[in-house]
Order: sequence, then structure tokens, then C-alpha cells
Amino acid sequence: MATFLLNRFMQSIVLLVIVSIIGFLVLNLIPGGPMSQYALDPGMTQQDMDRLAEQLGLNRPFWVQYLEWAWRLLQGDWGTSFRDGNPVTTVIGRHIWATFLLMGSSTAIAIAVGTWIGIRGATRRYSAFDYLATVGAMVALSVPTFWFGLIGIYVFSLELGWLPAGNMYTIGDGSVLNYLHHLIMPSIVLALVHIAIWSRFMRSSTLDAMSQEFVKTARAKGVSERRVILKHVVGNALLPMITLAGVQLPSVLTGALVTETVFTWPGMGRLFLDSLGYSDYPVVMGLLMFSAILTIAGNLIADVVVALVDPRIRLA
Amino acid sequence: MVASIQPVAPPDVALSVRDLTVKLPQSMERTYAVENISFDLKRGQILCIIGESGSGKSVTANAIMGLLPRVIRVSSGTIHLDRTNIIGMSPDKLRNLRGRVVSMIFQDPLSALNPLMTVGAQIDEVMAAHGVGTPKSRRSRALGLLTEVGLPEPELMYHQYPFRLSGGQRQRVMIAMALALEPSILIADEPTTALDVTTQAQILELIRDIQRRKGMSVMFITHDFGVVAEIADSVVVMEKGHIVEQGSAQQVLKSPSHPYTKRLIAAVPHLTGEDRVPLAPVDNEPILKVDGLVKTYRSGSALFGKQRVVPAVNEVSFDLAPGRTLGVVGESGSGKSSLGRLLIKLLDNDGGGILFEGRDIAKLSEAEFRPLRPRIQMIFQDPFASLNPRSTIGHILTVGPVAHGMPYRQAREEAKALLAHVGLDAGAFGRYPHEFSGGQRQRIGIARALMFKPKLLIADEAVSALDVSIQAQILKLLDQIQRETGVSMIFITHDLRVASQICDEIAVMQKGRIVERGPPSQIFLDPQSAYTRELVAAIPGEQPRSTRPVAANE
Repeated sequence: MATFLLNRFMQSIVLLVIVSIIGFLVLNLIPGGPMSQYALDPGMTQQDMDRLAEQLGLNRPFWVQYLEWAWRLLQGDWGTSFRDGNPVTTVIGRHIWATFLLMGSSTAIAIAVGTWIGIRGATRRYSAFDYLATVGAMVALSVPTFWFGLIGIYVFSLELGWLPAGNMYTIGDGSVLNYLHHLIMPSIVLALVHIAIWSRFMRSSTLDAMSQEFVKTARAKGVSERRVILKHVVGNALLPMITLAGVQLPSVLTGALVTETVFTWPGMGRLFLDSLGYSDYPVVMGLLMFSAILTIAGNLIADVVVALVDPRIRLA
Repeated sequence: MVASIQPVAPPDVALSVRDLTVKLPQSMERTYAVENISFDLKRGQILCIIGESGSGKSVTANAIMGLLPRVIRVSSGTIHLDRTNIIGMSPDKLRNLRGRVVSMIFQDPLSALNPLMTVGAQIDEVMAAHGVGTPKSRRSRALGLLTEVGLPEPELMYHQYPFRLSGGQRQRVMIAMALALEPSILIADEPTTALDVTTQAQILELIRDIQRRKGMSVMFITHDFGVVAEIADSVVVMEKGHIVEQGSAQQVLKSPSHPYTKRLIAAVPHLTGEDRVPLAPVDNEPILKVDGLVKTYRSGSALFGKQRVVPAVNEVSFDLAPGRTLGVVGESGSGKSSLGRLLIKLLDNDGGGILFEGRDIAKLSEAEFRPLRPRIQMIFQDPFASLNPRSTIGHILTVGPVAHGMPYRQAREEAKALLAHVGLDAGAFGRYPHEFSGGQRQRIGIARALMFKPKLLIADEAVSALDVSIQAQILKLLDQIQRETGVSMIFITHDLRVASQICDEIAVMQKGRIVERGPPSQIFLDPQSAYTRELVAAIPGEQPRSTRPVAANE
């Protein structure tokens, strides 16, 4: 077990290094760059430009820049924003909680609803409910998230006026209820596609578990049907789903970025777009590293949870 | 057939099935899974239901348990459990009977236990499901049961997860679970089929012992007449959903009346103890000479310690004369399959040599060995998994020889000739594997191997997945092919009875080593090693039942 954890941890580190190199390389290769906004200023001479590049350290070879950036990163210095001179960690820290809130609530909704639909679809296979769930999942998967967002705003905000059309809270009202009120629509919209994916996987995983011999054993013991499903089937069906949850994390993150844009949610998605627009590379690089860490950590945690839950791995 | 059955079940009958008909869904090849079957299980007796695959024996058991899949329905008849008809009973009442009045154990103990629950929790669950006892009393009962079924260290076993247990131990746990509420009837659906022969003997002993001690009635489903001879008081023989014969074990085994029963009994391989008449040796030089072959499996990481090293094949040496058959016999984990895979170079060896026609093939690289591949061919165990379902039989047979340079036209002609040779219609050429039965597919597998005109055939459990009557046919076919082509064979099997039918010489493997080697007469009649003696003694149905007392109400 300890060996397994150590192995996985080492793999994660290597993966992070590779991601950072590729990210840094791509960002430096694309035309434009942080100097391009100054180039538009007619008052800037070539000498001014060179001096500025010297100050920002942008005239050195790529690998020197990378190593310096990586070395600072290890020491907790993620660089400073070109745009407003604040440390990158501060900039990201201002937006991160909004994104986490959105991701967390929508993941909770997706897992709860998706699991329920999956189990029900499997235990009542080929019923009206099962067909409806299948069609629903196809629709949710084929329609882009932003479109659901726009429809939601049109119906629930403009026509019915039940829910706010955007933002995280009403200015001047910081109550929890006000936050929740604003959270409902974005998290449901973001959850839709994940409910679809989760319920399909849960359905087939449940069917797999139901066809196992030990389920027949449980029935032969006279265990009630409810307990057979909840204890024997669902317990085993959820095992592979843990891994799926880890794999799904990056897509929840990218989904969150889109959703944030639609609902003017002040999270990392908007920060990312704004920083790209300003060629604020330290912030963009910081966001890239941050999402890479999040993704890799998600997978690592999923593996560890599976190992902890499954006695065949835990005790092996 | 069913001569004297009283209309009302007498009090000494624990389970009475009358005119039971179970309908199959429309798309199936038969209309009924079982049709108009009637039999009685007398109190305190063991009734064996025997039949080949598709005979309806498992459907019958599931009908009694009320565990038929939703699409399969009982269309008529009655099943009386202690004089209550359970057909048409509400699901809740049926559930109440399961595990309390009737219990069941299954074929594959590896998959019959929930991998995420401890052994103790699973035994506890039977009692909890019927509202019996307190957590504390259930725990002590479970510990008592674990002791009763002969598991070592019950306290430790109680907290174990199933994956830590061997197949035999898991089957003991299943039996403990089934006994928890002292049911009057135990249904055992092929409970020893997936087990090694020595383990099978122990489990049979345990079931018989418990049945006698508790006076339980046991319905034992099997396909093996050897098992029937070991434990049955009475026997029901089923074929394609019908009961063709029933009576006392003595009567059915010694003087079967129905032709199907006769055929079935005749097909059961017995220890012959007689050696095969070998072909006249063409060449005294052995075709295969194996010398000190070693294969070791390593798992875990060498870097962090805790490495597991399993010697799968350990210093194995033998030689094989042309046109002869060497049987490699052993239990699971003995290394017999690894040996087969080494010989065909599907695995790389860690030491020793394999001299094939005087050339050491163990040292050859894949590219150097490739021209030799056609000369050593393999027949696989599972005729369902070993043929590509998306290829026609013709493609399966010709793709190999064509890849080795045979013109397609010639390959096609030879394939058609071979299909006829192994007893199939030449029309099989254009059809797909799913259109054939297990026995026919195994014939295709043999034809595929013969396409290369091999010098050496390696058959890994080639008849283990087949019914006995089919098994006998395939063995006969292999024998005939050997006599015609002079091919040498290595026949890997767990079944000593099968090995005795076809082998000139048998090598018994245990833990990677050959512990004994000799002609069948020596292995079966005068075994030299203790392990071989143990194996031979464990074969069901070969020992006289002198030690067995007659059941009380027989």
C-alpha cells in the first residue's frame, strides 16, 4: 500500500514537470507575447522596449526563464501579474473560492442525481423511466453547456423571475441565502452534462454488479431485495465510479470556466480569459499549473480512495 | 419412466416436485426449460440430479429457490416444501423461506461471496435477514459455524475478506452460511465442479458428514457420475428438460434402463490402469527434450522490498518420443499451464533448455522461432473464447498458413478437407463460431491446429469445458488423429481420469515440479509418490463405497 502510494506520488510529480514545460513552451512560442501591448504605444522606442524586456527578464533564453520560474514556484513564489503587479497567488486566491463553490455544489448534485438515476435505470431496466433517462442523457450530452445556461436565464430569470441571471451575490446583501440563491442555476446547468455521464456509467456498473454470483447468493440467503440492491449491488457498483470521479474532475473544471462566463460568476474562468486578453503570462501560467495540480491530485485521491475502500487492494 | 408417485406427498418427503413446467422466453431454442418433471426428495437423503449442460437441472434448482430470472416463468406444476406449495407464493413469503427452510450453495466459490464484506458479516447477514438473534449471539453462532465447517482459526477467519481464502475455504464459508439457520433442505448446484480434485473430495466429505449429522435433505446437482457414486442415495437423470430416469443410486448406476443414462455412464472416463498400445516407433530420437526448465513469476516492486517470487516451473525435465502422448496432470497452481506456454514460447523461460527436434528453441528469439511455430501448435481450453467471433471458420483456419506462405487456394482446399476430417460439414467453412456448439468449436480448434501439419500438439485442458459425452468424442478424435498423422502430443489436464484415457505416459506436477512420471498403470495402480497417491484417492466414484453406512430410511 505504502509502495503503491509512493509510486503514484512520484508519477504525479513527473507528470507535473512535463505539463509545466509544455505549458511554458507553448506560451512563449505563440506570437504576441507580453511586449506586444507596449509595441502599440507610439511613445515607446526600441530602447525603451529593450529596457523593459531586460527588467521583466524576457530577453533571456527560454530554458533559463523556465528554470528560474520553476525554482521560484518551488519556493512558493508564483511570480507577479504583469497587469496589476500583485503576486499571482493573491490574484488566483481572490477567484478560487467562487470556482470551488460552483464545482463542489455541481459535483455533489451530479453524483447524487446521477447515482440515483443509474441505479433506478438498472433495477428497472427497459422501463419507461429507463428509456426516459437514456434519452435525457443523450440530450444533455449533445447540447452545449452555455446553451443550457442561456435557456435557463431566459426562462427562470427573464420570464419567471425566480432566479438571478448572474453574479455570485447581490451587492449589499452578503447573506448565505443570497449566495445559495445565486448558486442554484449555475451549479445545476454545470451539473447537467455530468449527471448524464455519471448516470450512464452508474447504470452499466449497476447492471454488471447485479449479474454477479454473490448477488444471487444474497438472494438465496433470504436478504430483502432492498438490502440486496443497497448493500451488495450498489457497494460493488460504486467502486469503478470512484475512478471515474477522478477522471471527470478536469472536465468539471473546464465546464465551470464556461458556466462562469455565462453567469458572470467571479471565478477562475473569467480570470483566465481576462489574463489571456492582457497577455498576463505569469497569471496564465499560474492558472495552468493550478489546474494541472488539481487534475493530478483528483486522480491521485481517487486511486487512494479506491485502494482504501477495496479490501483486495487495501490488504494486498 | 416415473412409475409410482403418490398424489399427496407422504410425511417422509421434504421436497416434492410435481409436473413442473418452466417456460423459456420466445427467442430461445427450446420452448420449455423443463417440462412436466416430477420427483421427491426424501427426508435425510441425498438426491443427485445429473445431466449435461442445457438439461434444465439448474433451472429446476432456481425454481425451487424462487430465484428464476424474471423472463423465465413456471407455467404449471407444483413444488411442495414441507407440504406447502411455493408456486404462486408472494415474493415476501418466498424470501422468508430462503436461507431459513431451504439454502443453496453455488458452483463457483470465487464469485459467490461479496468481495467487499468480511466472511463474518456475510454469515451474520443470513441470520439478520430473518431477524434471528442479537448481534452478539449471531457472532458466536457464526464462529461456531466456521468451526463446524472445518475452517482453521475461526476468530481470524471471521474478520477475513473472501479474497484471502482459497477456493475450498470459500466453499466452506458458503456451506457455513447455508447452515446458519439449520434449514431442512440444502440445494447444492455443482458445488465441487470448480474445485481441485483433492479439495472436491474434502467438500463432498463435509457435505455428506453434515447431512448425516443434521439429518438434512440435500438436493445435489452435478454433471459428474463419479460424484453421484460418492454421495447419492437416489438419482434423477435429466436430458433437455425431461427426466429420463430416476431411482436409487444403486439401481441407476448399476443397471441403467434408459439409453441416455447408459450412454452417459459409458462416456464417463474411468481410470483404466491399462497402458495404451503405442504406435510403432518411427524414430527413437525424442522429438522434444526438456531439460531443467525454470520459470519464476515475480510481482511487487524489487525497489521497495516485499517482492513475491513464485516458482511456477521448477527444474522440469522430460522427453517425448514421436507419436506419443505425455499427460501433464496437476491441480491449480501446479505450473502445468505455465509449462505448456513455455513450450510454445508464449512465455520466456528463466533457465533450462527445450530441445525440439534436436534444436534448443528456448534460446531462440521471436524472429528466429517464427519459422518453427507452425510445427508446434496449441489447442486451447475454452472453445468459446479461443475463436474470434467476427471471423468465419474458413478465415480462422486459413489465416495462419497463408501468413506462413501457403497459397490461399491450397489453404482453402486443405481447410475443407480437415473440417470433414474432424467430423464437421465442409459447409462450416463460411459460417461463424457462434453457430456451433462447444464440442463442434473444439473440433474447429483442433482443425485450426492441424492446418499447420504440426509435429507437436499441446492441448491445454482441451476437453475440460465440455460435457462428458462430447469429451469422449473429442478424446477419440485426438487419438485417431495421432494414429493417422503420427503427431506427438502434450496433454495438460487437471482430470486424472481423462489423462488415463489418452496418454502413454503421465507426469504429475505439484508446485512447479514433476513429482512422478510413468505409464498410467504405474500412476494409478502403483503410485510412487505420496502426492500422486493422494490425487488418485481423491478421484470421485473410483473407490468402493464400503465405508458408507446405509441411510436410515433407505
